[in-house]
Amino acid sequence: MLKEALIDKLDYEELANCMRCGFCQPACPTFRETGYEAASPRGRIALMKAVADGVMEPDQDFVDQMNLCLGCRACEPVCPAGVPYGQLIEQTREAIEQVQEHPPWVKAVRKIAFTHLFPRQDRLYRLGSLLHLYQRSGLQKVVQKLGVLRVLPKQLREMEAIMPEATGKGVSEYLGARVIPAVGERKRRVGMFHGCIMDVLFNETNLNTVRLLAEAGCEVVIAEGQVCCGALHAHSGEREAAKDLARKNIAAFREADVDVIVSNAGGCGALLQEYDHLLAHDPDWEEDAKWFSSRVKDISEVLAELVEPDSWGALPGPVRVTYQSSCHLRNGMKVTKEPVSLLQSIPGATYVPLREGDRCCGSAGIYNLVQPEMAGNLLDEKMGHVAATQADILVTSNPGCLLQMKAGIKRAGLEDRMEAVHLVDLLARVRTKTGTASVERRGSS
Amino acid sequence: MLPEHIRSELRAIVGEQHCLDKQEALVAYSYDATPMQQSLPDVVVMPNSTEEVAQIMRVAAKHQIPVVTRGAGSNLCAGTIPVGGGIVLVLNRMNRIVEIDEQNLTITVEPGVRTSDIHQAVEARGLFYPPDPGSMVISTIGGNIALNSGGLRGLKYGTTKDYVLGLEAVLPNGEIIRTGGKLMKDVAGYDLTKLLVGSEGTLAIITQAILKLIPKPQTQRVMLAMYADMSQAARSVSDIIANRIIPGTLEFLDQGTIRVVEDFKQIGLPTDVAAILLIGQDGEPQSVDRDVERIAEICRKNDAVQIKVATTPEEAEEVMTARRSALAALSRMRPTTILEDATVPRAQIAPMVAAIQEITERYGLHICTFGHAGDGNLHPTCMTDARNHEEIERVEEAFAEIFAAAIDLGGTITGEHGVGIVKAPYLEWKVGAAGIEVMKGIKKAFDPQGLLNPGKMFAKESRNRVVIRRA
Ligand SMILES: Cc1cc2nc3c(=O)[nH]c(=O)nc-3n(C[C@H](O)[C@H](O)[C@H](O)COP(=O)(O)OP(=O)(O)OC[C@H]3O[C@@H](n4cnc5c(N)ncnc54)[C@H](O)[C@@H]3O)c2cc1C
Ligand code: SF4
Ligand code: SF4
Repeated sequence: MLKEALIDKLDYEELANCMRCGFCQPACPTFRETGYEAASPRGRIALMKAVADGVMEPDQDFVDQMNLCLGCRACEPVCPAGVPYGQLIEQTREAIEQVQEHPPWVKAVRKIAFTHLFPRQDRLYRLGSLLHLYQRSGLQKVVQKLGVLRVLPKQLREMEAIMPEATGKGVSEYLGARVIPAVGERKRRVGMFHGCIMDVLFNETNLNTVRLLAEAGCEVVIAEGQVCCGALHAHSGEREAAKDLARKNIAAFREADVDVIVSNAGGCGALLQEYDHLLAHDPDWEEDAKWFSSRVKDISEVLAELVEPDSWGALPGPVRVTYQSSCHLRNGMKVTKEPVSLLQSIPGATYVPLREGDRCCGSAGIYNLVQPEMAGNLLDEKMGHVAATQADILVTSNPGCLLQMKAGIKRAGLEDRMEAVHLVDLLARVRTKTGTASVERRGSS
Repeated sequence: MLPEHIRSELRAIVGEQHCLDKQEALVAYSYDATPMQQSLPDVVVMPNSTEEVAQIMRVAAKHQIPVVTRGAGSNLCAGTIPVGGGIVLVLNRMNRIVEIDEQNLTITVEPGVRTSDIHQAVEARGLFYPPDPGSMVISTIGGNIALNSGGLRGLKYGTTKDYVLGLEAVLPNGEIIRTGGKLMKDVAGYDLTKLLVGSEGTLAIITQAILKLIPKPQTQRVMLAMYADMSQAARSVSDIIANRIIPGTLEFLDQGTIRVVEDFKQIGLPTDVAAILLIGQDGEPQSVDRDVERIAEICRKNDAVQIKVATTPEEAEEVMTARRSALAALSRMRPTTILEDATVPRAQIAPMVAAIQEITERYGLHICTFGHAGDGNLHPTCMTDARNHEEIERVEEAFAEIFAAAIDLGGTITGEHGVGIVKAPYLEWKVGAAGIEVMKGIKKAFDPQGLLNPGKMFAKESRNRVVIRRA
């Protein structure tokens, strides 16, 4: 039962390391919204420990509370005892998943998503083609006009409206190559992690990533055989599936023999960097996982290191830019300075700090779909701060956050005043180097 | 479990949503920051106004239900553990800043306002509320007042008690009293304000407070001084004060703590020194500069092996890191961290640290000490594992000896964390049997039914004084 599953999965040592000081509470969005101890990291850890200690039977309230957590991990950097909350909540969700009886339709959706879709890049591309057809054929417009979407929950409707244009081809098919030479002197051999959804819905961002890397002096290898990072699986309690994906990715990049593995999505990068924890008890993979994790970097780190700050071109401006940092990039990968310093180095752009730009926007994977109320509250608060910056461009560095910001801009009626852009796409606008022909799109969709 | 009709009376006062009795909520309010303590309440009630608090108390008094008031639950004396079940009264919804009065230099707040929010609100206007407990990012002003919390600035600016001018509080029978006011002078009768400060939620429930503000100091500078010998550090502390300099901050770390901090942060602290002093001064730029120079001079005279005066904000940050990381570094060593609290007159710091060291060795434990050297408030901190019962027993014995040693040196069993459950068996060592009787009389006058925070402050049995065997 759930109790046994929890006792089996939870790392008791880490539960015991929490000294209940409560320092994590001010950082926690769900605590701030509710004021309930149980909806805080300290409270959730106490609940987990109470189950492990036999003080409480895990019931539906327990499960609900664990589901209300965004998994944003804002509680981790402020914890004096260094409790790895992210791992604890993943273990909890894995235990819940193991015993949970979903209604048949949820089971079916989960099975399709976690087993048949995300791990199979080819199928995602096919789905991307279909989506592209839907968007391009005019069908989308018709559907929107007819109001057919009214049957969908508000959150899904909002998402449909801001869905970027999908493609049926990945970044390597567009470029017609898997190895893209460095422009000028080769400084690094980097493996590009193209992501699963990223490569279908944010293909342009992936192309821009390759361009920027090549121009920064990187030989870019789009390793063959790479798959979804597994973050969605891990966060939804499908840790075993996440491990399988991890092994595939490690094998692919091992084969490609790269110095650095670059991610342009904080959500993916954080898990990639934690593959060593994920596979810690797997003797066959432990070593390779360490090799892999130690090489993972966010694109902003690589660019900040390799590109001279004064070499960016100017934005037609003056424009005000602000930055919403992605939780997993900040709290998982611990990347905070580089994106800001890159923004500050763009001529013509004035960087305006976003109040509470380090707080979760409520997107958190599929959180906004399953916990619409909390997600909506967080988003409204966020957009209040965003509006106050009077920025023209709102920058983020994770696809989920980007979509959420786009939805937020629409919801707050700020469409005429600002746009939301991925950091990579903004930087691609200001690149000035020559010799970029090698990195141009070859195919067409 | 309370009968349904009582729960429905409580729900009628605060609303369905703010009266919690599901298992998950009871577990979440069964603990505070005190290690190894836990006990489930019957119900958790979250009022939003003084009137609601008064109504809840009337229900509690009618049915004789114990009530434990809770702010952020960050105390370290098990002060919010509902040992006898009953109601946990959570005040964090009452978190409004009622007024900042720049004419009278006061701020009026509800009890659930976080200490750091008070700082922010007043500093934005060039004003200053000095008490700064290490937990101020989460602790509430209600908790600070109920425990008379102190902080890093205690030496120069005093502690919470020095800033509370007036209170509004609900008595156990549901009546509302108001004490003091926006007054610097008030001798009308017994000073109930001061009596409620530090009363640990055993006399009344504080529902509003008027606090004194002062002008914000213009500048601030910090420095580190390192010593090969604890007694030289202690002598520096006395000499600084004897030279009529009162630093804003005067903190110290012992060798054990320094090693752990350096291991954790790699900030280049020498790990062979016996003690580090962190000294800070604030005020007018010129006098701060002059003080910093004179302090450095005094430290040098007392054979400090190294002195590091911060000249830029970055350097200041680095210097502060040493002290700020102490708890974080220590808490990562073993699963259970017991952060204790004992105070001696500051001239007795060196003998006190020596006594702690001797006791630690004799019991074969891992205790490091850091704390507020300026006011003699030390935090011997034990790294242990709550699952090792045999060791935990030794820890308890060792701490009993440490508290006894503090009293022998003219000190006290707690300087800022409070008595609660944890120190209750030792209270008599400090105040004597007659003192306890007077205190119990006061408790009876406020709370004849014994509803508020039962089991705290007064132990059923006082601990026998341990024999101190100094080497
Ligand atoms: C890491 C850490 C560092 C700390 N550093 C310091 C420090 O430097 N100095 C210091 O003094 N303390 C320190 N503390 C202890 C603690 O944070 C303080 O005592 C703080 O004042 C408690 O505030 P709280 O809101 O958490 O109160 P709680 O823990 O919720 O309550 C404390 C006590 O006050 C009572 N109480 C709370 N609110 C009211 C009210 N409105 N009316 C009546 N009674 C009430 C409770 O019943 C309880 O007895 C530290 C604790 C931690 C975990
Ligand atoms: S900050 Fe860390 S140690 Fe403190 S309560 Fe939160 S998780 Fe526990
Ligand atoms: S992960 Fe985010 S939502 Fe969850 S407990 Fe931590 S801070 Fe709160």
